[in-house]
Amino acid sequence: MGLDSEKVARKARISSLLMCQRSSSSHIASSLSVIDILSVIASEVQLVEQGELGNELIVSKGHAAAGVYAVLAHTGYLSISELENYGKDGAILGGHVTNKFVKVLQLSTGSLGHGLPFALGRALSRKLAGVDGNSYVVLSDGECDEGSNWEAALLASHLGLNNLSIIIDRNFLQSLASTEDTVSLESLSAKWDAFNWDVETCDGHDHAALTSAIFRNSTKPKVTIANTTKGYGVSFMENRIEWHYRSPSLKDLQIALSELQPEL
Amino acid sequence: MRNAFIDELIEITDQGVNSFLIVGDLGYGVIEKFQDKYPKRFLNAGVAEQNMIGMAAGLASSGYKVFVYSIANFPVFRCLEQIRNDVCYHSLDVNIVAVGAGLSYGTAGYSHHAIDDIGAMRSLPGLRIFTPSNTNEVRIAVRESIAKCGPNYLRLDKGGQECFPNAKNYHSPFWVEYFSGEDLLIISSGEILSECLVAAELLLTMGINVTVASVGQIKPLSLDLNRVESFCQILIVEEHSILGGLFTAFAEYAVLHGFSQKISRIGIPDSIHAELGSQKYLRQFYGIDARGIATAAFNFLNN
Repeated sequence: MGLDSEKVARKARISSLLMCQRSSSSHIASSLSVIDILSVIASEVQLVEQGELGNELIVSKGHAAAGVYAVLAHTGYLSISELENYGKDGAILGGHVTNKFVKVLQLSTGSLGHGLPFALGRALSRKLAGVDGNSYVVLSDGECDEGSNWEAALLASHLGLNNLSIIIDRNFLQSLASTEDTVSLESLSAKWDAFNWDVETCDGHDHAALTSAIFRNSTKPKVTIANTTKGYGVSFMENRIEWHYRSPSLKDLQIALSELQPEL
Repeated sequence: MRNAFIDELIEITDQGVNSFLIVGDLGYGVIEKFQDKYPKRFLNAGVAEQNMIGMAAGLASSGYKVFVYSIANFPVFRCLEQIRNDVCYHSLDVNIVAVGAGLSYGTAGYSHHAIDDIGAMRSLPGLRIFTPSNTNEVRIAVRESIAKCGPNYLRLDKGGQECFPNAKNYHSPFWVEYFSGEDLLIISSGEILSECLVAAELLLTMGINVTVASVGQIKPLSLDLNRVESFCQILIVEEHSILGGLFTAFAEYAVLHGFSQKISRIGIPDSIHAELGSQKYLRQFYGIDARGIATAAFNFLNN
């Protein structure tokens, strides 16, 4: 693809802020957290549409929909003008990821713990068909509470599905408190390692680091624990629980935009 | 019925259907035939039903006609959200096959009594529900599942015979009549038909002539409307909770079509019983064995 993923991420942050402000919807902080991960994936590889086998995107943390749609729009997978209707009555894009109108998304999500099992089915299909490509599955860290992920983790390594690459958006915050104060996940990398996955940890906002981690080769299924900051890029949203829920006011939006594009 | 299912699956695969079989670590002595013949179309997903259904959705979205095989409630309740979100919402060709309908696994206890599965599955959009009464109907249901795109639920008894004699009125493969009495129409679904047929014989000795109809597809509900309308009284018999199953489906239909007949039903009451024993014993316990059905029919006609 060869797009400038940094530029994509910058535009996507601005778009998702506008989308959440206009539609008075939640999860802006989750979107800002995951945008760099998604920008790297969507900029670096050609993603296939539903019904095709190849490099596939499965976003399991469906609540980051604003960020997902913004990235897909700025990488050419979705019409940018559609972002303006986000969350409106009768719109095709809303608060949780749907694949009904977005052909590059393989699965509609919103309830956590669904993306990885589905991705195993896709990865196995490609193996059996002898088709190259990876399933890129984006999970939240709080989502690792879901047992279905660990069912899938067991089977993926048993089947040797090294055409699976999952990225955990490790921002350490979930719905009510930090992940470690809720149901502690650490040592998260040791857990995946114990399930016989190839584990790498990186800075989830450093695009070069993300690129080398996400697209590495391995004989095992791969997990990248991308250390991120929830609400990244907007000072008053960073690491603040309330921005899991709140939508930005017009004033919030102005301050956020001035931080993201200081040149203006 | 499970052997008929596997034999039919092998046959359609031989004929070129792009099938895939996932089992939830169950099917000993049944599934090996398929596994041996089509090892690349087979997976034991282990004891992990949520992942099993999610994977089935992934395989189906890649072009496979997926059959997920397990027993009783396991491929329904443990993974109901996966069926709802991953399979039904995406209209995928995933066929969920549950062996052990109703009280088939009677001695195994409550965890294995599939007596509220239809109620849960009926509410899922686009999902067809097949309830064959014999092994011939299992084969028809498998073929129908392949012919119609989208998700299907096949509710199979553990046992079951090949067919019942003297079947009549094949207006549809999923509405089959036995006997031709006019006093009462008994409608059942699944293998409990065998009890209804014995009940019909018992009633005959009491001078009561009934017709028994077997419904092989509960969703969409397969009825012969003309035949149903020709009876004044209808008794529904099901090996399922009285809530959410055949009676509920029939009652909805009856209300919407302005039926004026008297309708009654017997099934498993809406309460928890710790009773266990053979299927024969439990059917008797719940009053849905031949004698219980005959008694219910007699009382219904005489009250």
